[in-house]
Amino acid sequence: MRRTFVGAAVAVLLAATSANAQQTIKIGVVMSFSGQFADPGAQIDGGIKLYMKQHGDMVAGKKIEIIRKDSGGIAPDVAKRLSQEVIVREGATILAGYDLTPNALAAADVSAQAKTFMVNMNAATSVITTKSPYMARTSFTVWAVNESLGAWAYKSGVRKVYTLVSDFGPGWDGEAAFTKGFKDAGGEIIGSARYPVANLDFTAFIQRAKDANPDGIYIWVPGGPQPAAIGKAIAERGIDKSKVKVMGQGELTYEDALKSMGDAGLGLITAFHYDYNHQSAMNKAFVAAYNAEFKRNPDMFSAGGYDGMHLIYESLKKTNGSTDGDALIAAAKGMKWESPRGPMMIDPETRDVVQTVYIRRVEKVNGALVNVEFDKVENVKDPWKARQPK
Amino acid sequence: MASVAPAISGPHQYLQAQTRWSRVEIAFWLATLLPFVVAPNYLVLASQVAITALFALSLDLILGYAGIVSLGHAAFFGFGAYTAGIISKYGWGEPLSGLLISGIAAGLLGYLMSFVIARFRHLALIMITLGFGFLLLEAANSASWLTGGADGLQGVRMWPLLGIFKFDLWGVTSYWYSLIVLFLLFLVSRRLIHSPFGLSLRGIRENIVRMRAIGAESRAHLQKVYTISAAMAGIAGAVLTQTTETVSLGVLDFQRSADLLVMLILGGAGRLYGGIVGAILYMVARDQFSGINPQYWYFPIGVLLIAVVLFLPNGILGGLAKITASERLQKWMRTLPPWLRGAS
Repeated sequence: MRRTFVGAAVAVLLAATSANAQQTIKIGVVMSFSGQFADPGAQIDGGIKLYMKQHGDMVAGKKIEIIRKDSGGIAPDVAKRLSQEVIVREGATILAGYDLTPNALAAADVSAQAKTFMVNMNAATSVITTKSPYMARTSFTVWAVNESLGAWAYKSGVRKVYTLVSDFGPGWDGEAAFTKGFKDAGGEIIGSARYPVANLDFTAFIQRAKDANPDGIYIWVPGGPQPAAIGKAIAERGIDKSKVKVMGQGELTYEDALKSMGDAGLGLITAFHYDYNHQSAMNKAFVAAYNAEFKRNPDMFSAGGYDGMHLIYESLKKTNGSTDGDALIAAAKGMKWESPRGPMMIDPETRDVVQTVYIRRVEKVNGALVNVEFDKVENVKDPWKARQPK
Repeated sequence: MASVAPAISGPHQYLQAQTRWSRVEIAFWLATLLPFVVAPNYLVLASQVAITALFALSLDLILGYAGIVSLGHAAFFGFGAYTAGIISKYGWGEPLSGLLISGIAAGLLGYLMSFVIARFRHLALIMITLGFGFLLLEAANSASWLTGGADGLQGVRMWPLLGIFKFDLWGVTSYWYSLIVLFLLFLVSRRLIHSPFGLSLRGIRENIVRMRAIGAESRAHLQKVYTISAAMAGIAGAVLTQTTETVSLGVLDFQRSADLLVMLILGGAGRLYGGIVGAILYMVARDQFSGINPQYWYFPIGVLLIAVVLFLPNGILGGLAKITASERLQKWMRTLPPWLRGAS
C-alpha cells in the first residue's frame, strides 16, 4: 500500500520533471568538497571537469548539468540526505562521486530505492556495489589490488612476509587480501602488526619487522603524512630493499609522499591501477591536459572521476539519452574502453571495475622520483565478490 | 519571552509566570509545521534539523542551565545511535521501542559518567568530556565485529512506524517522527527548567559554593541533570539512525560535539529555544551556503559566527531579548493593540 504510494509519487515527480529533462540531464555529485578529504574530492572533480571540457556538455542531444554537494567527510547520514535531496529537490537522475565507503554505502540505499543509476568514482570497499543493483564503480577495490600483489610477491620469489597495516577497516582488508593472495600461492606470513591510525613514528614497528627476518614486508597505509614517515623509518633501520622487498598499495608512493620521502623511497614496490607516470599515448595526453587545466598531476582520484564521466556519457549514448535506471545500468554492464589507466571494463555480473593492476618500483627518472611499472596483472576482477555465495 | 511581567510576590508566582505559554512560543511551534506545506522537498533536511535541535537542547540543559561544559556530548548521541542501529540489525526494527531502549542505554552511560562529571568544573570538565568522547570513538572503531568499524554499521532496517508509516524517500514520516520526539522532549525540558529543580540548577551554575552554603546539595542535582541530558542525546542519536538507516563513526566524532557547541552559542545558551534556533540557523545556513559553493561554504559560516559573538554575545535569542527589553521598544509596544503585544 505504502509502496504503491511511493511508486506513484515517483511517477508524479518524474512526470513533473520530464518536461525539463527533455533538454537537461542533471547529475548529482556527492562527495567531500571541504574538510579532511577535500583534496581527493577536488581531484575527482578535476577528472569530471576535464572530461566535460574535452567531450562537451551535450550527450545524445541533451545538456549535462552537474550539481555538486558537499558531504564534508565521513558522514553517511549527510551523504544519504544529500543524495535524496539532489533527486527529490533538484531533479537529478544520475548519482555520482562518493569518495568514502560509509557514504557510498548509505547513498546506495537511495539509488536502490529510487532506481537511480549511480557511479561510484572512488570508494574502494568490495561490498559497496552489492548494495544497489543500479551502481557501477570506476575506481578500484582494495581486495583486487592487494590480492594481486600477494600472488605476484610469491611469483617473484618472496617466501616469508611480515605485514604491517593501519588499524582500521581498509587496513584490515588490505592485510586480509594480501595474505590470501600470498598464502594461496604458497607463501608464509611470519609476523604481522597493526599500527594505530594516527601513528607517526614507525621506528619500532619497522625494527620489529626487521627482527623477524622476512624476505618481504607488506605495508598498507592510507594517504597523508604516514607514507613519508614509513619510508624514512625503513631507510633509517637499514633495510636493504634489494634483499627484502618492501611492498604496498599505491598510496605508499603517492606523488607528494615521494616528494617528502626523498631518496629514502627508492626501491619501494607498490601495486596500483593508475599513476600519472603510466606510459601510454593516451595517458600522456591526459596528464598534459590535466596539468594545463589544474596545474598539477592527476592521480587515481582524477582517473576515477574521468572514467566515471566516460561511463555516464557512453551509457547515455546507448540509451539515447534516457535516464531510466534499468536502461542505464544495462548499458553500463560489460562496457569496455581504453582509459588513461589502460584497458578497463565494467563487469557485466557485479558492475564492478575490471582492469590491469600494475606492479611498480620507485626509481629516479630525470632527477625525479616516480613509480616505474615493471610488471602487471591483467583483467583483475574483484576477487572478494567472486567468493561470496550467490 | 514574557516582556511585561506582572508583579511577582514569591518564588512560586515567579515559576508559575515562567511556565505560561506565550504567543511567540505557540507561533514558533505552529511554524514548525510549515515545511510540510511550504517546502515539501526540504523535509529530509527538516527532520535532521529537528534531530540536531533535540541534541542541542540536551546540551543546553547541562551547559546552559547547570554550567557543565562538555566537548564530548557526541559520545551519548553516538551511543544512542549505535544502540538503535544494533538492535535493528539483530532483528528488532520497531522504532518506538528501539528509541526507548537507546534512551535508557545512553542514560545509563550518562549516569555512570555523572559520578566523575559532578566532581569537576570548567577546564577539567572539558578535558574529561573530550577524553571520554575519544575513548568511545576508539572503542567503536576497534569493536568492528559489533559496530562495523570504519565502514559503518550495515544492515539497519526499520519497520514502519506504528506498523503503518514507512520511512520514505521524501522524508514525510521522518519529519513527523523527529518533530514529535523533539516536541515531547522539549515539554519535558521546559517542565524541568521551570521547576524548583531547574531553579537550583541555575543557582549551581552561578555560584556552586554559595548553593552549598544555603544547604542545597549540588552533586545529586548535577548527576540527575547529566543523566537526563545523556538520555536525551541518546534519543536524538537513535532518531538519526532510524530515519537514515545508517550509523558510522561520524556520530561519535569530535566535530559533532564542536558543531553542537557552535549552534548553542549561535542561538544562545541557557535559553530553552537557544539550541533549537541555533540548530535551525546553522543547518539551514550550511545547506544554502554549501549549495552555492560546495568548497568554501565554511567561510560565510565563520563570518556569521564572528558577527554573532561580536554583536550578540549572548546569542541570537539573548540579543532579541535585549532588544525587546529596551525602553524605547517598550514605549512603542504600548502604542500597539493588546493582542499584538504578546503575552503579558
